[in-house]
Amino acid sequence: MSTHTLPDLPYSYDALEPFISRQIMELHHKKHHQTYVNALIAAEASYAKSSTPRERIALQAALKFNGGGHINHSLFWKNLAPASSEGKGNGGSLKAGPLKDAIEQTFGSLDALKKEFNATTAGIQGSGWGWLGLNPTTKRLEVTTTANQDPLLTHIPIIGVDIWEHAFYLQYLNVKVDYLNAIWSVINFEEAEKRFTEGLSSSKL
Amino acid sequence: MLSTAKSALRPSLARLFAASATKRSLHTLPDLPYVYNALEPYISEAIMKLHHSKHHQTYVNGLNAAEQSYAKSPSVKEKIALQSALKFNGGGHINHSLFWKNLSPSNADGGNLPDGPLKKAIERDFGSVEEFKKQFNAATAAIQGSGWGWLGYNSATNRLEIVTTANQDPLLSHTPIIGVDIWEHAFYLQYQNVKADYLTAIWNVINFKEAEQRLAEAAN
Repeated sequence: MSTHTLPDLPYSYDALEPFISRQIMELHHKKHHQTYVNALIAAEASYAKSSTPRERIALQAALKFNGGGHINHSLFWKNLAPASSEGKGNGGSLKAGPLKDAIEQTFGSLDALKKEFNATTAGIQGSGWGWLGLNPTTKRLEVTTTANQDPLLTHIPIIGVDIWEHAFYLQYLNVKVDYLNAIWSVINFEEAEKRFTEGLSSSKL
Repeated sequence: MLSTAKSALRPSLARLFAASATKRSLHTLPDLPYVYNALEPYISEAIMKLHHSKHHQTYVNGLNAAEQSYAKSPSVKEKIALQSALKFNGGGHINHSLFWKNLSPSNADGGNLPDGPLKKAIERDFGSVEEFKKQFNAATAAIQGSGWGWLGYNSATNRLEIVTTANQDPLLSHTPIIGVDIWEHAFYLQYQNVKADYLTAIWNVINFKEAEQRLAEAAN
């Protein structure tokens, strides 16, 4: 049983400004994600010691919540990047290639994807995640959501957006839609394309 | 659909929601029983303003819209499709309406649990008031996502129990005695990720008088 650790961010805490504040990034990474890592390690330790199906089943919620939290946030940090509009990186820039083609084929345009993605994600009734996912059967891109820290299991994750209030509240308060509009400026489409092409060539989830 | 929740509420509060079932009059945002800064320093003015005038207002608006659609919907399938909007927004309206009333300023008896039936019942069912708060906070902090912590009255067993509900699900299995919002919007601006500090602080502004009234009504 190898241990889990908090992955470093691929950029500094203020790198996603002004779209996601440094204050949010620090808390989100060092506190929230770290807590999932710590609790996942603890849950796995309990699971390893457990000897009955009943005990194991009782531990499932802790494993799913903290394991999902670790998976989701690890994917999240990597599918964000400093904004190209700020001259800081490639965030928000979707270059010509297979992902752009697939988005245009499936949704009509990147703007149309953003519109559908944001409406669907804003419609989550509670905490959760919005996803652009690759349907492994049909090989089509689809917008989908998961509740709480449930990991995305039905699709290959291409882009994930955290819509838990801790992801935006300090900066955007109750105005979720402003956060969802802003975050597209720091979406790492290069990472997304990598996941997309890998997903197309793999035969399973 | 709201009828089960209605029966668990104080008659005056239940009447608030009964209107929609008959005449389809609109739901409205109830005024707070105190000013926005009244729960300082335990719950900040900034939070109370946003929580009441934005979050709760949005549930009221969403509920009115969902009920309008429901009244117009011609098929069972469409009605079922509207259930989640009714539950989410209806629950949000119910829960927050209960919440504002079970809070009160610390200089207006908030946080004060006098001797009486409620204190007796808490001591009987939890051992002590401190032990009750400890268990309540642990259960509420452990919610995996958004939700509410409740002290609820179980009418079948005549006992007080700690229960939680997810998201904006209303408390249906018990009569709500005290509710605490653990959605991040309820505390994040002030307490950030340190939920435990919010849960410790809020006991200073819990309206035990209102709680005792709810218990008295439920036990009868």
